[in-house]
This record gives sequence, structure tokens and C-alpha cells, in this order.
Amino acid sequence: MVEHKPGVLFKVSNLFRRRGFNIENITVGPVETGDLARMTITVKGDEATRDQVVKQLRKLIEVVHVEVLNPDNLVQRELALIKVKVESPETRREIMDYTSIFRGRVVDVSPESMIVEITGTPDKMDAFINLMLRYGIIEIARTGVTALTRGKASITTSYPLLLELGE
Amino acid sequence: MEALKREGVKVVFGIPGGANLPIYDELLNHDIRHILARHEQCAAHMADGYARASGRAGVCFATSGPGATNLVTGIANAYMDSSPVIAVTGQVSRPFIGRDAFQETDAIGITAPITKHNIQPSKASEIPLAVRTAFYVATTGRPGPVLIDIPKDVQTEVEDMEFPEKVRIRGYTPCPPIDPQSVHRAVTIIANSRRPVILAGGGVKYSNASQGLLELSETLMAPVATSFMGKGAFPEDHPLSIGIVGMHGNPVANKLVQEADLLIGVGFRFSDRTTGKADEFCSDAKLIHIDIDEAEIGKNKRVDAAIVGDAGEALSMMLKQIREMGFQASEDWGRRLEEVKGQLQSQEEEGGLKPPAVIKEVRKLLPRNAIVTTEVGQNQMWASLHFKASMPRPFISSGGLGTIGFGFPAAIGAKVAVPDVPVVDIAGDGSFAMTENSLATSVAENIPVIVVILNNRMLGMVAQWQRLFYGRRYSAVKLDKPDFVKLAEAYGAQGLRPQSLEEFREAFKKALKGDVTTVIDVPIDPEEDVMPMIPPGGGLKDMIEVA
Repeated sequence: MVEHKPGVLFKVSNLFRRRGFNIENITVGPVETGDLARMTITVKGDEATRDQVVKQLRKLIEVVHVEVLNPDNLVQRELALIKVKVESPETRREIMDYTSIFRGRVVDVSPESMIVEITGTPDKMDAFINLMLRYGIIEIARTGVTALTRGKASITTSYPLLLELGE
Repeated sequence: MEALKREGVKVVFGIPGGANLPIYDELLNHDIRHILARHEQCAAHMADGYARASGRAGVCFATSGPGATNLVTGIANAYMDSSPVIAVTGQVSRPFIGRDAFQETDAIGITAPITKHNIQPSKASEIPLAVRTAFYVATTGRPGPVLIDIPKDVQTEVEDMEFPEKVRIRGYTPCPPIDPQSVHRAVTIIANSRRPVILAGGGVKYSNASQGLLELSETLMAPVATSFMGKGAFPEDHPLSIGIVGMHGNPVANKLVQEADLLIGVGFRFSDRTTGKADEFCSDAKLIHIDIDEAEIGKNKRVDAAIVGDAGEALSMMLKQIREMGFQASEDWGRRLEEVKGQLQSQEEEGGLKPPAVIKEVRKLLPRNAIVTTEVGQNQMWASLHFKASMPRPFISSGGLGTIGFGFPAAIGAKVAVPDVPVVDIAGDGSFAMTENSLATSVAENIPVIVVILNNRMLGMVAQWQRLFYGRRYSAVKLDKPDFVKLAEAYGAQGLRPQSLEEFREAFKKALKGDVTTVIDVPIDPEEDVMPMIPPGGGLKDMIEVA
């Protein structure tokens, strides 16, 4: 959770670059209190790296709270828009079938292409994208993962200070 | 200005320019001393020296663009050594930001990785809180520099100002309460140790924890080594002092640290210059690490127990538990300390203008509370080895960034903070040349300091490495000019050039008596090495004693 102010994303990403941590993916958005933003960051690395990432992030004044989410107790979601080539009515039919199996939606159609919207875990995204490869992918836009811990608890329960207003 | 005064600021170091004209105009209305530097880097080092000598924040001003970028080295230096420097830079007016206007540079972007925090107020009413926040963040917890970048039109904007008494920042807990469990774990390890060594860093100085350190070492009868930044945190004339550990450390310290079965690190960060090869450092010993910055725990070295919090507080909590428990110090370890000291204590140098002899002479002629700053390189390591510091504040040097040119402006800043004690910069000819223009500041502002140049007509440490590790292939290290005596005189300072130790003594006494800045140019042998040393990439056991 970070102060919702200009320049904060820069400071966070700059820290990752400087310390040699790799961001797999990052999503940012304002939260219910308005003056805070939530960043969901996926990082690959061993335990020592994870430990340093958390501690170094905490040192940034604009970072209010850092929590490591347990992947076994999470709802993770990503959204992808995939533009696929359509060469015949048969391929269009196949793509639509796959889309419905993956509970996606067709959001744009042209004589030679379609855009499919898919939501789900990164694995599901990958699986769908693999299926589409044979038709020819024109363009992909993926949002990156965002996540919430299952159950009643929230990040503000573990860190009530988040509910107070900033400066 | 009002906000600065409320922080108790009495002196500012800086240089005016286009984008901070309004600040400088307002300065005339306030009772704040301004010391004009000749380069912004010097202004930042002066503020840094002021901060380290006084224990308060040091403030420097610069304009936008080149003013701000010239500060960068000074800010990075303060960041690496955790020094509370507040830099206030002018910025182009808001409508020009992002348009590559004249003297525009992204001060916030450039300084983000080298400041503890930086702020750009977007309207005048935000300035008081920005200043309050800057001082609060810079001086609490692990100290560090903070930059405030103020667009020119924000400087002149008229708005109602509210000056906050207190500031509370959600994302900043400077002094986390110490977990008693962590103290208990540490004390349990201590109870089972037979050969404990304490390693104290700069954090002990910032926390004013020297007394607690002394009590802990005497309770455990544990020898105390320091990191380079910790020099003076433990009196170097104490029988349990074993000196500095590391690349150019004291052989006694480097030896005993390897023999210890427990190392208690207080306020230090397992830096590479201290530990050598980190994997080999105390690989058979238990490690306890006390630091206020939790990110330092486990960053460079895995430890067995850690206490996160203020060093002074942690030490007193540990002492209480150790005393309740009753610790029986091992007599064998005490004997071993005496034995190693007997074997390895440095021999007195024969006469002549040898750097160690010169530095020992400086020590003899100075009062106990005098302040010594150094440049970086051979001069610094000679000073570190041979200038015994018995108090925490008096030894000021660029440890982390290793900035040559730091010592002289830092000496000026220190002298401003503590005008009643002599301040001496131990310099090399290469390093002094980097910031010699501060002679103008020193003379014009009547801030008399003494500069002792150990002049080998070389970039000495680079030459030493080329001598030892590159088969004496000297590349770009020879320096012949200038004549430092004439240079000093050109600036209105006093210049002296002794040819013997006896003459040096007289010159130094003359400098101490004078009320003008004195440069003592001491010619030394260009082939002189700083010994002992640990070759780069080596571990403590790889120490070489003579070339």
C-alpha cells in the first residue's frame, strides 16, 4: 500500500532496478480509502531476496505497508485482450468455442480478426494463448496479476493505520 | 526561511542561481548565516561535515540544473554514511517543468536512489510541512539526506502558511520498539560464548551508544573492533580496543575477529571493505546483529540472531539480562588478546617524514576533542591506522562512497559547528585538488582549518594498487602540480612546507596558533604503501603486512 501521489510508482520501480530485483509483473490501482494505492507485485527469487524486497520497500517513506501474500490462500486474477487472425468461418467458430470453454468473451469482430477478453489466473491465460497460437495472434494486452487474500481478513486488519488519513 | 528557522537552523552552505533567487532574497530578512561555497559539491560536503560534528542536520542550498547535479556527489556521500543533510534546490517554475527549460533537471528523479526521501512541494502552503518532514526523516531512525526541490514560482507564491508542530507519516516508523524476545535470543547465544568480539559501526555514534558499548564490552571482557565508520565509537586507547577491521584494518582486529566464536555487530552493515569476502567472514562463529535499519539484517550476511532498533536501547536491554544471568568471562580469551596484541602491535616508525609518524605527531599536538577529517585513499587509511580516536565525533571521513575531495569542505563545515576546537584535514595531493577552491570559502568566511597534505605527487592509493596488483604499470597516476604553498597564498591562506619531522612539528604548532587557514604541504615518498592490507576480493586471513 502506497501513498496515492505522483512519483511513487517511479520510486518503487527504481528501487527494484537499483537493487537488482526483477519485477515479473506489477499492477497499481487506488483503494477504498482514496488516498492510498495498492500495488500488487510479483517477484521471482529465493527467500533471502523476498526478505530484502520487503525490507527495502518498507524503507521508502511513501510505502505505507508491505505484505507478502501466500499463494496458497489467494484469489489471483489477470485480464487479457487477445486479437486473433480469422481466416475462415471454421476458424471463427473454433475460436468462439474455445472462448466459451474458457469463459471468455468476444468483444470485437472484423472480417479478418477477433478480440477475445479472458480473465483468470496467469496459467489460464497462458493456456488460452497457447491455443490461439495456431490461428495467429495479432496483438496481446495483459494487465498483470492482481490478488486478494481469501476470507474476511484484509490488509487493513493487519495494519489498521491504513485507515487513518495521510498528511 | 521561517520553516528552517523553526527547525533551529543557524547556518546554511550554498550557492545562489537563477532558480533559487527568491530564497536568497528572503535570506537577507533572517538571522541565518550563509556560507558561500565555490562549488555545490563543496556546499553539500560542508553541510555533511557540519552534521557529523554537531549531531544536528546540516543544510545546503543550490539552484536548479547544474546546481542540483553538482550536489549529487555530496548527497550520495551523505547517503552512504547515513548523515542528516538537508538539500534545498531551486527548480524551474511549474509551467516550465518537463519542457527542458533552461537549467531544468529532474532533481527528484536523479536523487531518488541517493536520498532517504525527497519532496517537491507543488504549492507554497506545502513548504512548511515539507521542511518539517525533511528534518524529521533526515534526523530520526537511521539518519540520511533529504532533498526538497522547490519550483521558482512556488518560492514566490503568497499563501497562508501553517507551521505544523509535529509530523506523523504513515509509512515511516523511525525507531521501532525492540522485541524483547530478540534480545533474549541474543543473550542466550552470548551466554554460551567463550570468545566474543564486538564489532561497532557508525550506528553506535549516531545513537550515542558509546557508553552502553563500553559497559557491554567490560561486562563480557570482549575485545571491541570497529568498522571504519565506527572509528571512535569505542575509545581506541582502551585496553579492550583492537582497532578497525577490514581491508586496511588493524592486524590485531583482523586476527581476533577470525578467532572469535561469537561476533556481536552493533550499528554496522557488514560492508565489503570491512568483511572482505563475506562468506569467509566469521564463518565458524555465531553472529548477532543489532541495527535500526531492518533491511541491513541479512542483506550481506546471514546472522544467528538479530535485534532491530536503537543501538543504545538494545545494548542496555542486553546488559540488564546479562547482568541478571551473570556472565563469566573466559580468562583464556583475555590472555589471548594480550598475546596477539604483543605479537602484532605496530612497531614505532623510525624518524623521517613517514606518513604514520606525521599522523602520530598530529595526534600528539592536538587536544583530545579536536576534529580530524580525511580525504580518501592512502591519507585516509594512514589516518585511520595511526590517528587514535578516543571520542565518537572527532573522526570524520567518507567511508561508504569514498569521495576524494570530501575532507576539506567537511572540515570547514565541522569548524562552523564546533568553532572552539582545532579542525584538521588529513589530505593527499590528489584529493585536496578536487575541492581546493574551498580555500576561498575558508578564508573569506574566516573559518580557519588546517590541511596536512601527505604529498606523494601521485594518486597514491591507485598507484599502490597498480604497484601491487598490476605489476607496477603506472597508468595516469602522476601528479606534479600545483605548488600548494603558493596556491594557499594565492587564496590568502598560509602555506608551509616542512622537510623534516621536526620542521613539521613547528609548522603544525604555528598553524594551531594562527587564526588563518593553513596548508602544510608534506613531501613524502611516492613509493610508500599503506600496510597492512587485504587484497581486493580476499578474506581477512589473506592479509599482507609488507609489500
